[in-house]
Amino acid sequence: MAVTAERVDLRPPGERGVWSWLTTVDHKRIGLLYGVTAFAFFFIGGLEALLIRLQLAQANGEVLSADAYNQLFTMHGLTMVFLVIMPIAAAFTNYFLPILIGARDVAFPRLNAFSYWLFLFSGIMIYSSFVVGGSPDGAWVGYSPLATQITETVRMDYWAIGLNLLGVASIASSANFIATVFTMRAPGMTMLRMPVFAWMALVVAFLLIFSLPPVAIGLFQLFLDRNFGALFYQAAAGGDPLLWQHLFWLFGHPEVYVLILPAMGIISEILPVFSRKPLFGYEFVVFSGAAIGFVGFGVWAHHMFTSGMGPVAEAGFGIATMIIAVPTGVKIFNWIGTTWGGRIRFQTPMLFSLAFIAMFVIGGLSGVTHAVVPADTQQHDSYYVVAHFHYVLFGGAVFGYVAGVYYWFPKWTGRMLHEGWGKVHFWLMLIGFNLTFAPMHILGLNGMPRRTYQYGEGLGWDFWNLIATVGAFTIGVSFLLFLGNILWARTRGIPAGNDPWDGRTLEWTISSPPPVHNFDVEPVVHSLDDFWHRKYAEDEEGRLVKMPAVTGGTLVETGGEGEGDTHDAHEDIHMPSPSYYPALSSLGLVITGYGLIYLSWGWAAVVVGMMITLWGLFGWSLEPITREEH
Amino acid sequence: MASHPVAETLPGGHAESGHDIHRIRKTAMWVFLGSECLFFGAMIATFLLYRNSTGDGPGPEIFDIPFTSASSFVLLMSSLTMVLAHDAFERGDSRQARVWLGGTALLGSTFLAGQIFEFTEFIHEGLTLPTSPFASSFYMLTGFHGIHVAVGVMLLMAMFILSLNGRLYDDRGLNVELVGLYWHFVDIVWIVIFTVVYLLQVL
Repeated sequence: MAVTAERVDLRPPGERGVWSWLTTVDHKRIGLLYGVTAFAFFFIGGLEALLIRLQLAQANGEVLSADAYNQLFTMHGLTMVFLVIMPIAAAFTNYFLPILIGARDVAFPRLNAFSYWLFLFSGIMIYSSFVVGGSPDGAWVGYSPLATQITETVRMDYWAIGLNLLGVASIASSANFIATVFTMRAPGMTMLRMPVFAWMALVVAFLLIFSLPPVAIGLFQLFLDRNFGALFYQAAAGGDPLLWQHLFWLFGHPEVYVLILPAMGIISEILPVFSRKPLFGYEFVVFSGAAIGFVGFGVWAHHMFTSGMGPVAEAGFGIATMIIAVPTGVKIFNWIGTTWGGRIRFQTPMLFSLAFIAMFVIGGLSGVTHAVVPADTQQHDSYYVVAHFHYVLFGGAVFGYVAGVYYWFPKWTGRMLHEGWGKVHFWLMLIGFNLTFAPMHILGLNGMPRRTYQYGEGLGWDFWNLIATVGAFTIGVSFLLFLGNILWARTRGIPAGNDPWDGRTLEWTISSPPPVHNFDVEPVVHSLDDFWHRKYAEDEEGRLVKMPAVTGGTLVETGGEGEGDTHDAHEDIHMPSPSYYPALSSLGLVITGYGLIYLSWGWAAVVVGMMITLWGLFGWSLEPITREEH
Repeated sequence: MASHPVAETLPGGHAESGHDIHRIRKTAMWVFLGSECLFFGAMIATFLLYRNSTGDGPGPEIFDIPFTSASSFVLLMSSLTMVLAHDAFERGDSRQARVWLGGTALLGSTFLAGQIFEFTEFIHEGLTLPTSPFASSFYMLTGFHGIHVAVGVMLLMAMFILSLNGRLYDDRGLNVELVGLYWHFVDIVWIVIFTVVYLLQVL
């Protein structure tokens, strides 16, 4: 593997080895990379959560110092939002968006790779702060003056620069997904024949495109305050820390829909399959998702009800917040309507999906109580809020994504996850989840504050905190089971075949795992749930899947991932060649980021990093997309 | 543009379904520019919030409107040359396109030089980044725009060099139309900045 700068990528795509992954531009491989990376970060973030729960298990906990606690809760939030849920959503979107709309890849395969590598490198960069004097410790929201005053360390610089790099990655992948949906759909795949997941991915991409810029600017301003003496958030000099809160939440609230909408999309795919009925009110689900996207930009200040915005703003944002519950409620009724009267199969993906609905309803209801300004004033910064957003982000998003893993794992690997262990995982996770977060409602209403590393005895908080800690470890055990199940099933699971769930959408028409080019023949779509209608006419089934029976044979054929045969068979299909420029450009950006963090001597790194990035970008722009092979 | 077999230039070999690579790229560029609007919007909002927070430092009275008007005119004219470059490119006239691309880059550089001169003057008059929130937001907004112009000039020069090698139509990730879209956007944003930051503050 002689890597002599110029051409590392002469080999055809799909070959094995580290370099083939480093240079891959295949949306499925990039999706898997996103998924595996996010899962790894999930365990790190989970470990941080367990340490937090250990500390809080009893009054006057001594497990962590206040300083360590600040770092851990900051990194827990940052990790789960930016390094777990967003990338796991990106993993699903990468892998399935093109397939669901009948495309062979995303619009910009190399840009896609760039987004992934930038995400990975930025994540590593943020975590490297632990070894060089401590991680960010001003909470993931980074309010001034907490984020601007502590200037003797670079902790919050890691946060500001790291988040901005992650933002670049997200904007790039969002533009990519939007272009993919708008320009790459298969013939007949009209917008209103797209699976709901594809729709939600589109809405999320728009949310990110428009919500990341404000926070990016805010982070730059913070960075300038900390390092160049700018006065954006220095109240004493006439700056206004509230500006940060507005810029942050103008991103931060759309962000929560960024986290939840893909999960809602996954649920909307799973429920019809396991109820063996079409999605109830497809258009309503789609347009509710879009409505959530629009209204999501008008509710941000409900995070700021205690900041003294005045009654008019508070009333306005309170009402907007109640309004946004309407499209969300519409979706929930549609999901229930989907299962109603269906022949439901209670397999693992379905169990997680149903739990998603139930848990999300609880989180949604406590969310509506936040819309009531006087009530919110009491709940603000208490554990009630912690309970609320874990019910929507864990009970909602995480349950949804785990459902997605169980549902689509067979497509990724060609093998089924173990159903029995899956059910054990489900029940442990559901019980552990409720043990952890339900008591936090009570704790919060009893006045327990967030982000405080100790609480005194005799406040009546001991019992529920202990329960929450027990619950947290139950969740931990359930995810170890999950991990074991995945590792086991990768090689020993029951072979899945093309269509293990009797699915409705295009991904089930192709082999598991899919060939590099996804579709041998570009699909022509005639209706919503096209595949289902091809399988089932008015009376009985008649599969039109091109690939013959599956068991074993497919696995041997695609397991080797030798693409020589497919290239022979499909001369006209040119997949983009691997490229190392995306990884190179993102590496340059991260080196620049390090330089910015250690400005006093980091200018050299900034210059070197920018040169590398420019080299990568120009090389990228000028290389042919599909290289002549041999 | 038709000098290459279609299947070769399309990602994912979408030749048979006729996915148009130019349409795909333009879509993404428009999305990116939509995102850029919010970047500039956030900074313009910041500036408006702090326009009177000048502290003890100088305020908008140090703006030299005639000078900035002249450099704004230069930048706006560069949109004209960009249109001419694009037109020549569309007609397949590589030589003309090169002339106008070079001209656009030159005008952009002139604007940048003007901005650097302006910043130097302001700093001499005591307006630096840490002077006041007004100063911080002014420098951030106009500086960010300046960086955009600089990136644009770099892209234009890249196109210029490509045209020297006769590779202007050697269709890769970069092309004249995308650079043009970006360039016009940067110009339009300047119209807003010039109005809001300079003219409205002095009037």
